[in-house]
Amino acid sequence: MSRSEANRQARNAPFKAYWIHHLRTLIASLGMLSRHPLSSFMTTAVIAIALALPTTMYAALNNLSQVSIGWDNSAQISLFLRPEITEKQARALMAKLKLYDDIDSVKLIPKDLALREFQKTSGFGEALEQLGKNPLPHVIEVKPVIDQSRPDKINHLIKQLGQLKQVDLAQLDLQWVKRLYAMLEIAHKGIWMISILLGLAVLLVVGNTIRLDIQNRQEEIKVIKLIGATNAFIRRPFLYTGFWYGLSGGLLAWILSAFSVGLLADSVDRLALLYTSDFQLSGLSFAEAMTLIGFSCFLGLAGSWLAVSRQLNDIEPS
Amino acid sequence: MIRFDNVSKRYPGGHEALTNVSFHLPRGQMAYLTGHSGAGKSTLLKLIALIERPTRGNLLLDGVNLSQVSNHKVPYVRRNIGIIFQNHHLLYDRSVFDNVAMPLIIAGYQHREIGKRVRAALDQVGLLSKEKCEPITLSGGEQQRVGIARAIVHKPPLLLADEPTGNLDPELSRDIMQLFERFNQVGVTVLIASHDLDLIQQMGKPVISLSQGMLVHNDLQEVADVTL
Ligand SMILES: Nc1ncnc2c1ncn2[C@@H]1O[C@H](COP(=O)(O)OP(=O)(O)OP(=O)(O)O)[C@@H](O)[C@H]1O
Ligand SMILES: [Mg+2]
Repeated sequence: MSRSEANRQARNAPFKAYWIHHLRTLIASLGMLSRHPLSSFMTTAVIAIALALPTTMYAALNNLSQVSIGWDNSAQISLFLRPEITEKQARALMAKLKLYDDIDSVKLIPKDLALREFQKTSGFGEALEQLGKNPLPHVIEVKPVIDQSRPDKINHLIKQLGQLKQVDLAQLDLQWVKRLYAMLEIAHKGIWMISILLGLAVLLVVGNTIRLDIQNRQEEIKVIKLIGATNAFIRRPFLYTGFWYGLSGGLLAWILSAFSVGLLADSVDRLALLYTSDFQLSGLSFAEAMTLIGFSCFLGLAGSWLAVSRQLNDIEPS
Repeated sequence: MIRFDNVSKRYPGGHEALTNVSFHLPRGQMAYLTGHSGAGKSTLLKLIALIERPTRGNLLLDGVNLSQVSNHKVPYVRRNIGIIFQNHHLLYDRSVFDNVAMPLIIAGYQHREIGKRVRAALDQVGLLSKEKCEPITLSGGEQQRVGIARAIVHKPPLLLADEPTGNLDPELSRDIMQLFERFNQVGVTVLIASHDLDLIQQMGKPVISLSQGMLVHNDLQEVADVTL
């Protein structure tokens, strides 16, 4: 070994010792938790439940939004033309509509065709024949260009079309999808609120657990301070304990929410069959799960940080 | 090593525990601190270890004015002091080895180095065979010696002991005092508070006496005169 290499190793030694110390503290704090398995588990379970609740709601809602996006793409505006409009005039209007930027495609359903369809499918065939005259107007089905980022655009289009003199009524076939959409948005906001509140609860649970832990070990902390431990040194095992709580709570929350989504999936499958949809309920994606766990770790760390930094300064040897 | 310069300490309650105390304990010197109960012995040691701060006067430790040491620097000052308490202050949830290793872990020593030094310290206090024991299973004298091993394991230049022989029988007390003398012989500065006057006289080291917070007797004056 050359001299400079030896020097470098000597200089690196305290640095290495520092990280080894971190690792040891990390593992030691895990060992400490395993010494009180019941209370550790209970804290973990509280964290997990608090996180699993909004997570499951989020997953369920995410699925619903996907469904509604699917419907949204097939949204149609039906233009019921005035009764006096002839098929020729209707075709002229159609040609004009095709030029609109916001319109993807148009399709004319002449009133004769509509009547025949209706007779076939409704079972009112005879009654309609008795009427003698076709009561149905020509209808133009407009498929709008969907801009997800601007859901109000479609409303604007409907209004515009409704004001055309040839048009009696412009109607979005899937108006209720829009309402669902709005409700989902409210639900999303609600979930955020709940997440924030429950996240705060996790922060407090971890903080309080660590606070009690510190209280129980006051004497020990005083002794270690007397030997020359810095606050950072004393803080470390408590922070790691908080981290472990966060990690285990996050993992358990993931499992719980996957389990809940699994339970829901059965009934959703049946529902999907009814609507001849091949829709499948999915849980959190891997990235979402990692976000959940990362967030949970952060809450654990932050909670213990709050508890430790507030208390350590007060515990001084006397 | 330690210089008190007109130091007074008034506790928040209003009681003045030390009044205008001045003395100088040179580096490598060993001395005893005596006085009646409540005379201010513990208070004096606490000022050196920065557990309390002086109300008035200057206190220099190894040339550093302790009133200028900010709170977050306090741990680094304490690492240069080995402190021994009457009631051991051991950590009862870990082994003797782990207790003694604590100052080294705090200072960031490497694992292999820690093992070597801890065993050397335990060997010096005659407890090498007990390294794996829980402190609670040891006798009072043995626990006190674990506390001493912990105080000297990182080889601090200064040892402070507050009634280190408080609960021990006379023979054991003398053993422990002799242990301190051995550390002093290798250059460690030692200051021991004790009210066991018989024992102190036997040891034949300089004595500082406090009475009601005032310095009433100071052998170190002569020591200083001789060394100057
Ligand atoms: N934290 C405190 N707050 C208020 N007064 C205190 C405090 N600590 C000590 N005192 C008072 O200061 C005086 C000196 O106390 P100190 O503990 O220094 O005495 P001592 O010489 O060590 O006594 P002993 O031999 O009994 O240990 C006592 O009168 C005591 O009541
Ligand atoms: Mg005392």
